[in-house]
Amino acid sequence: MIKFVLMVNRQGQTRLSRYYHSVELSRRAALEADVVRYCLSRKKDQCSFVEYKDFKVVYRQYAALYIVVGITDSENELSIYELVHNFVEVLDKYFSRVSELDIMFNLDRVHIILDEMIQNGHIVETNKSRILAPLTAIDKMVES
Amino acid sequence: MALKIVKGSIDRMFDKNLQDLVRGIRNHKEDEAKYISTCIDEIKQELKQDNIAVKANAVCKLTYLQMLGYDVSWAAFNIVEVMSSSKFTYKRIGYLAASQCFHENTDVIMLTTNQIRKDLSSPNQYDTGVALTGLSCFVTPDLARDLANDIMTLMSHTKPYIRKKAVLIMYKVFLKYPESLRPAFPRLKEKLEDPDPGVQSAAVNVICELARRNPKNYLSLAPLFFKLMTSSTNNWVLIKIIKLFGALTPLEPRLGKKLIEPLTNLIHSTSAMSLLYECVNTVIAGQYSCSVGSVCLRISVVKYLGLLAMSKILKTHPKSVQSHKDLILQCLDDKDESIRLRALDLLYGMVSKKNLMEIVKKLMIHVDKAEGTTYRDELLTKIIDICSQSNYQYITNFEWYISILVELTRLEGTRHGHLIASQMLDVAIRVKAIRAFAVAQMATLLDNAHLLTGNMQRNGICEVLYAAAWICGEFSEHLENPVQTLEAMLRPKVATLPGHIQAVYVQNAAKLFATILKNQEGNTDSTAAQETSQLMIDRLPLFVQSANLEVQERASCILQLVKYIQKLQQKDVEVAEEVSALFAGELNPVAPKAQKKVPVPEGLDLDAWINEPPSESESEDEQPKAIFTKEEPKHSRPRHTEVDEKELARRREARKQEQANNPFYIKASPSSQKVYQETPGVEHIPVVQIDLSVPLKVPGLPMSDQYVKLEEERRQKERAEKKKKEKKKRKEKRSGRGKKHDSGPESEEDITPAHVVDIVTEEMPENALPSDDDDKDPNDPHKALDIDLDKPLADSEKLPVRSHRAAGAPKSPAEDGEAENATPQEPKKKSSKEKRDKKKDKERDRKVRLRCWKHSPPSGRKSDSRSAQSEGRTKSSKHKKKKQKKEKEEKEKKKKKKHHHHHHHSDGGGEESVQNGTVEEEEPLPVSVCDIQGNLQDGSQVVVSVIFENKSDSFLKSMEFNVLDSLNSKLQRPEGSGPHDGLTVPFQLPPGVSNEARFVFTVQSIVMPQKLKGTLTFIVKDSSTHEKLDFKLHFTCTSYLITTPCYSDAFAKLLESGDLKSSSVRLEGVNMPFHHLLARICFHHHFSVVERIDSCASMYSRSIQGHHVCLLVKTSGQTVSIDAKCDEPTLLGNVLDEIKQTFSQC
Repeated sequence: MIKFVLMVNRQGQTRLSRYYHSVELSRRAALEADVVRYCLSRKKDQCSFVEYKDFKVVYRQYAALYIVVGITDSENELSIYELVHNFVEVLDKYFSRVSELDIMFNLDRVHIILDEMIQNGHIVETNKSRILAPLTAIDKMVES
Repeated sequence: MALKIVKGSIDRMFDKNLQDLVRGIRNHKEDEAKYISTCIDEIKQELKQDNIAVKANAVCKLTYLQMLGYDVSWAAFNIVEVMSSSKFTYKRIGYLAASQCFHENTDVIMLTTNQIRKDLSSPNQYDTGVALTGLSCFVTPDLARDLANDIMTLMSHTKPYIRKKAVLIMYKVFLKYPESLRPAFPRLKEKLEDPDPGVQSAAVNVICELARRNPKNYLSLAPLFFKLMTSSTNNWVLIKIIKLFGALTPLEPRLGKKLIEPLTNLIHSTSAMSLLYECVNTVIAGQYSCSVGSVCLRISVVKYLGLLAMSKILKTHPKSVQSHKDLILQCLDDKDESIRLRALDLLYGMVSKKNLMEIVKKLMIHVDKAEGTTYRDELLTKIIDICSQSNYQYITNFEWYISILVELTRLEGTRHGHLIASQMLDVAIRVKAIRAFAVAQMATLLDNAHLLTGNMQRNGICEVLYAAAWICGEFSEHLENPVQTLEAMLRPKVATLPGHIQAVYVQNAAKLFATILKNQEGNTDSTAAQETSQLMIDRLPLFVQSANLEVQERASCILQLVKYIQKLQQKDVEVAEEVSALFAGELNPVAPKAQKKVPVPEGLDLDAWINEPPSESESEDEQPKAIFTKEEPKHSRPRHTEVDEKELARRREARKQEQANNPFYIKASPSSQKVYQETPGVEHIPVVQIDLSVPLKVPGLPMSDQYVKLEEERRQKERAEKKKKEKKKRKEKRSGRGKKHDSGPESEEDITPAHVVDIVTEEMPENALPSDDDDKDPNDPHKALDIDLDKPLADSEKLPVRSHRAAGAPKSPAEDGEAENATPQEPKKKSSKEKRDKKKDKERDRKVRLRCWKHSPPSGRKSDSRSAQSEGRTKSSKHKKKKQKKEKEEKEKKKKKKHHHHHHHSDGGGEESVQNGTVEEEEPLPVSVCDIQGNLQDGSQVVVSVIFENKSDSFLKSMEFNVLDSLNSKLQRPEGSGPHDGLTVPFQLPPGVSNEARFVFTVQSIVMPQKLKGTLTFIVKDSSTHEKLDFKLHFTCTSYLITTPCYSDAFAKLLESGDLKSSSVRLEGVNMPFHHLLARICFHHHFSVVERIDSCASMYSRSIQGHHVCLLVKTSGQTVSIDAKCDEPTLLGNVLDEIKQTFSQC
């Protein structure tokens, strides 16, 4: 099961956070800082899976942005690693060459995309066009 | 005009949106906190406006701020408002905010039940979708129960978009409301064959999670999954299916065989590393004899995962991993520490008798090469772990091990000196055959102590000297040159060692001295012995001056002793025997759990008084000392003191017998050592003599390598011998059946240890009880899902369909109780209590029903009640009709119902349940059900929520609620109204409708329970007559208590503070399990359990005015004693009375 999805930049600023199990607000900040520090401290040639407390962390770096996913022990790390890339591809398709700013200014949309892909800590959809279908529908709705 | 307003609000809407906020934060890097606080103020202003667009924009910004770590829980209600907007764009923002900010304990969630239900059934699929997504984040047990049926319906929705979301959220519902699993399962099963792959995938996900709990249930689905596995092309789904099979195969071995083919196909065809890894994992976990080796080669690209997988293979196929030993050892050279550590873990598991020496040799090389002390220390501990695992199972040559330990002492800057020392001690004590060798090595270490004393820090390597000195002293009979060792131990340099090591030195010098004396006694020349004494006398004063007390004390003691001995020696008296008697006896290792496992002998009652118990008055004198008053041990006293003489004699005899048979029982007689030697031990076993051609004792030279060589030679020899024997055997057998003897590569059993070693096991008491470790984790959130799904569905298990709970048949609370499982409820008891009260009041015959809601989980129950009410308002006409019919039959009979709720504190963030008070109401015709909820707010205020339900056929209006104030409690009335004016109830009631109103009371003192009389006046529309309804409000003391969690250390501090007065109560004839008892106290009296040990528990609660109430609840048999402490004795007395009353009705 996926426990949380984070998007953070090199400076350690959270750009998106989504928790699939309830974590107290005060703990979130500490956890995010901790996890990010952990990921940032790793070199490029080191592997992208880190064990952190009672769960595993899978991270992937895209330019200055890190996508960090916390998963339970039973989850397949590599599948999450591939999911992260899938997620970025979807973002890329929607925003056409996504950047950190896109994510910052369209947080709610990114959330919709993420919610289409992961629900309840489980992967629910991985097909790009199907993921984007609701979002495009919503965009049309807003325009009209 | 209207246009202006709209325009104005639109302008405001564009004041600052999310983008502006984000930009603003970026532009105010220096004073971010200040900027954000002004933003929050703006948002607060925006939230106050009526325009939903402005509100949604504000909530959207709040979501962003929440992500940055700002607490926005204050806006929970506004989020609910935005959620209930009819426009999708706003609704979406509301749900997003809710899913980010709400959690199980958010109190406003209970307000959302109906809104969510509405959205779930919305014709717009995106409305439904967004509701489902949001729900997955904040579903509570109550929401789960109330909405389970709706979500289940959605699982068969026409749109796959909804279906897949509904299926996935069902898992969350199962977790929160396990009762729904069985009724929902058939439909879930159907979804595996859904035409839409997304729905299939969702169903696979859910079942995969479920199967982790109770795989047996899902075995019947195997063929379905098999089909999916061969047809699906979605890697993520395939991974889940393979995971599921991984859980199923242990239950059905035939499945494994079937899976080999598709799995190998996948392994060879897939390009996705994740899928490959999953396949390998499953292949390994299952009992498939797949070509694991080739796979490992492929996955060694991803070393870390490869190693992880290897560690799994290890458990089932240790041999196939052992062949990759070199590969794993190579990983130790890897740059990444995670990989090195994984490899080390793996090595730990893969050692055998055969390869231990080799692996450790490689590790030793790594130790030398390793950079950084942390990793080196890690290596060191691993080496020791590897060697000592499962009671030194893999060590065939302990001499080798000792030399390894000695070599490890040469590591610089290690912090594990203590670990090495304890290993040395352990081996020397437990492996008797090795003692001579160990002592020799230790003597060398002591001789070269200067090499080790460089690192004086705590736990530094000098700790080894501690072990060395002790071993040399304790087993000094094995020393070749004891005088030299004694000399080494008394060197002046020793004084620089840490105190505890010096102490051991001094003590063991004395032991050595005793041995030397014994050796020299036989000699005719007594000068040698006297010289030794002189040496002691010369050197010991150094230690007598030590700053360390222990050293000083021991040294001065021994110094005097030696002086005395010297005197005797000068008179030619033989003293050796007596001196060595000082240190006679063996020290055996005792298992850490031994003390705990000593069984209580039959007939011994540890609680019985040995002497007559002190008189009652005395025990009372003692009371203030104890934290809680002592329980008088009434029941156990007399019986046990009157055991007759005969019985005692018999027992004594039996005990002696037992002791005689127990080799580990050290008797008082000096012959204890002898007894020990009689037991079949090492001494009788001939020790294989190895011709050590290499000088092993040369200090500073690594010598474990030589053992490796020697060991190999020895094994070869053995093998040759064995083969010879086998040949012989074969010859003999050839005439017989010609049975095959596998003489292939040597197996584990073939390796015989170099020394026949008897590893002394740790001592355990006779009849030690088997350990009772429970491997099930009681905190596992998924535990509840361990449900048998094969049983046919019972009627009672149907999912709850919307109904008016509060107005249900009288047994409904009990049903709820069952459904909730964790909430014991006693409606009947309470009602009988009520009845009694009323009889006292000599009121007319009536039925009283009262429902108490358990408080924890607080929001859970709350939302339940809320939803119950709201349902009542909207959708309970059927029930109402029935009721009315009944009522007609009963005609004049009056019905009343009470509803108590624990409500939420809006401030402070804590959850307080409150008013447990009751309302007693007497009613003329039309109003028949009145639900009353209690609610408290800060120090002196009590909020009472009253639910008015009109059960008559007429319309009620102009309701006025009034209460006769007492000195202590007053109804808060609006300013300007007189002290006896009633409060207008702010609504009218059509027939069959209920609504809730809240009234605030001011309470001055909370130490006493109280009853307030009140009246409700109203006008029945048709008749236009004023009707009156009398009732009583009963505020119990318990209702002023607030469930407050308390940590045990804070609790202990509180008790120690001495500010609390104590009191106690004893309940007889309570016939219920202890945890029920606790649950009942928690539930009825708002306590929380601080700590529970067996049949004893401490509980805590706080009053709204901050009084601490502590309970210690003990139970034995049917008697429950409650010792309590509180800073307000009156309050405590009343609370205890109420507790007593609760249980007197059991």
